[in-house]
Order: sequence, then structure tokens, then C-alpha cells
Amino acid sequence: MKNNWWKIVAVILLSYTIYFGLMGTVPRRAILNESIRNVYFHVPMWFAMIAMLSTSVFNAVRYLRSNDLSYDIKSVEFTNVAILLGILGCATGSIWATFTWGDPWPNDPKLNSVAISMLMYFAYLILRGSFEDEQRRARISAVYNILAFSVFIPLIFILPRLTDSLHPGNGGNPAFSDYDMDSQMRRVFYPAVIGWALLGTWIATLRVRIRRVSEIED
Amino acid sequence: MQELRTLIGKEITLEWRQRYALNGMLLYIVSTVFVCYLSFRLKSNQLTPITWNTLFWIILLFTAVNAVSKSFTQERAGRLLYYYTLASPQGIILSKILYNSVLMLILSLAGFGFYAFVMGNPVGDLPMYLLTIVLSSIGFASSLTMVAGIASKAENNGALMAILSFPVIIPMLLMVMKLAKNAMDGLDRSASSDEVLVLLALDAIVVTLSLILFPYLWRS
Repeated sequence: MKNNWWKIVAVILLSYTIYFGLMGTVPRRAILNESIRNVYFHVPMWFAMIAMLSTSVFNAVRYLRSNDLSYDIKSVEFTNVAILLGILGCATGSIWATFTWGDPWPNDPKLNSVAISMLMYFAYLILRGSFEDEQRRARISAVYNILAFSVFIPLIFILPRLTDSLHPGNGGNPAFSDYDMDSQMRRVFYPAVIGWALLGTWIATLRVRIRRVSEIED
Repeated sequence: MQELRTLIGKEITLEWRQRYALNGMLLYIVSTVFVCYLSFRLKSNQLTPITWNTLFWIILLFTAVNAVSKSFTQERAGRLLYYYTLASPQGIILSKILYNSVLMLILSLAGFGFYAFVMGNPVGDLPMYLLTIVLSSIGFASSLTMVAGIASKAENNGALMAILSFPVIIPMLLMVMKLAKNAMDGLDRSASSDEVLVLLALDAIVVTLSLILFPYLWRS
């Protein structure tokens, strides 16, 4: 119980998010209308994905410093969850884009950057698959993980801001929070970010434990 | 410094002795350009400057991947092991990056010359375009050298080199293409200063990471 309180917090926060996300009052905006509720799902998923990838890189660095394979398992499982959250983020985003921008995949720099970074992390999984030796696989994929993350950050945060983008906060557009979210929405948005990040961590820790058990069985 | 000079000297000697590799790369870029020329010949008047620019950078991208991917596979594993006992890993990666930059510079300038010769030259600001080629050669070489090092450790490294390098190089390629387009349209140079800075920053990130990460890579 002492170590599991955050799982209960995750369940409570996400139930709160889903209930108030669908039932709470939201400001009326042109074009967005009711679809503004997607802010509680689409945006926090990306935040959670970035948190998962950061954890993965942190574990990759720890692996390189200690040569302890348990860090490698954590690193790959956090990346897997990040990829899952990324796919969900793309899916929620393209539903949203269909109703507001009129196209499920508009030609937008942010979307293209995300597509590239997903390719980068799929390549990471393929790279892992091409090694037999565990230590070697762990070391080389940790090196690639760090390299990929340091390309991911400019790709997501810097390059889209240099060009015109449909996304708020890019290309001189003000960020969402500056003009669209009122205090009512913030009360749901911030718990949603924490909730999705905790859920991602939960999935990752479960998968790490499954891997450890299956290794003992082998 | 002495170590770096010796290592670069070694790379150049090696390349000079195996001239077929360098000549092969030159022939590769020339024949690719010629294939493009033949394919577009019927409609050469309709080749818009933007297509001209994009085509050139795609040719250079493939040349770069091909040229750099051999930098770790050219020598046998036993000989690489021998270098590692003699030199520091930082010296080895830095010498490879510098050597590949020079190689890319030669290939891309030769490629540009031939491309402009057969496909016409709509560039407005030629010095700026050449600067873009210089910056891109250094950038491509530095990011691809590290990826080539990673790919050379895996068994199936030809296919792996392509899938690992394309996503990593795309941010740089997009910046370079934008910079090249500004130069081609002959825009005022102050309009391109942002792109030059971002490009230099990306180069700096990749080179620093290579220096930090390569020591972990060569041990395996």
C-alpha cells in the first residue's frame, strides 16, 4: 500500500478527468465548439509521452554508467509506452483535426515532426531486434536512444515554432493556455496531465515486471 | 592534436590506396544526376526551381548515406581493434567526422557542378548556395558518422543504416533545403541567418553527442 498510493491517485485523477472532461462546462469558441474537450485527452497524452521518453533516456544513461541490465529493461519498456501514447495522441489529434481543420492529417510541421520521431523510435525497436547478445544490444540501443532523444527535442519544440503551423503556440500563435483555457478548464487539464503520466508509468512498471518474471522462467 | 592529424592522414592514405571507392562515389552521384536529367529531359522547361532544388538535395542525401556508411565497414574488425589500443575513442570519432566532412564536401561540390551543368542553374545568390552546401556537408557527415558507427555493430547493417539515418537527418535536411531555397531565390542574406544558426546548433549537438557517446560504442 505504501508503494502503490500513486496508482490509486492515477485512477482517481483519470476518473475525474473523464467525468469533468465530458460533463464540465467549457468556454464557447468559434470552430472549436465542444471539441475543445479534446484538450483533456490529446494534449496530456503528448505531455505523458515526453515524460516517458525522458524517463527512458534517463535509464539509458544510467545503464551506460553502470552496465546493469535492469536499467535497459526499464528504458525499452518506457519507450514502448511512449510509442503507445504517441499513437493514441495521433489518433485523438486526427479526430480533432477532422472536425476543426477539415482534414485528418493536414500538412502541418508539427504533425510531420511527430511522424518523423515515431519513425525514429520504430527504428530503435528494429535496432534492438538485430542483436543477439544482451549486453551489446543494451549498450548500442542506449547510445541510439540518447541520440534519438536529442534529435526529438529540437524536432518537436524548436523546428515547428520557426515555421507556420496550425497548432497553437507555434509560428507566432499564442499557446492555448493564453487565451482559450479559463480557470475552469485548467482545473481539469492539469490533473489530466498528471493522471495520464501516472497511467503510463503504471503500464511500464507492469511490463518491466512481466519481463523480469519471464527472464527468470527462461 | 598530433593523434588527430595522424588518424586523418591514415584515412586519406587508405582512401587513396582504394581509389575505386572514391571514384565509385563520384560515379554514383554523376550517374544519378544523369538519370534525373534523362528522366526530366522532355519537360526541362517545366522543371520549376523548387523541384530543381528538392531533387538536388535528395540526390545529395542518398550520396551522403552511401558515402558515410562505409566509414566503419571498410576496415576489418581486427584492425579496428588494433586502432583502439593505440588511440583514444574521441580521436577516432573526431578524425572520422572531419574526414567524412571533407569527403562530403568534395562529393557535393562535384555533384553541384555537374548538376548545374546539365540541369541548368536557377540560383540567384551563388556564394550563399555554396555556403549552404559547405554547411550541409559538415552536418550530414557529423550526424551520419555516429549512425554509421551504430549500424556497423549490427549484423544487417545496410538496411539498418538507412532506417536509422533518415529520421535523424531529416531535421537537418529540412533546414538545409529552406536555406538553399532562400539562396536560390536570392533573398536578402539576413533572412537566412536564423536557419544558419539552427544548422550550426544542430551540428554542435551532434558532434558533442558523438564525442560523449562513441567511447561507449567502440568498447562492444
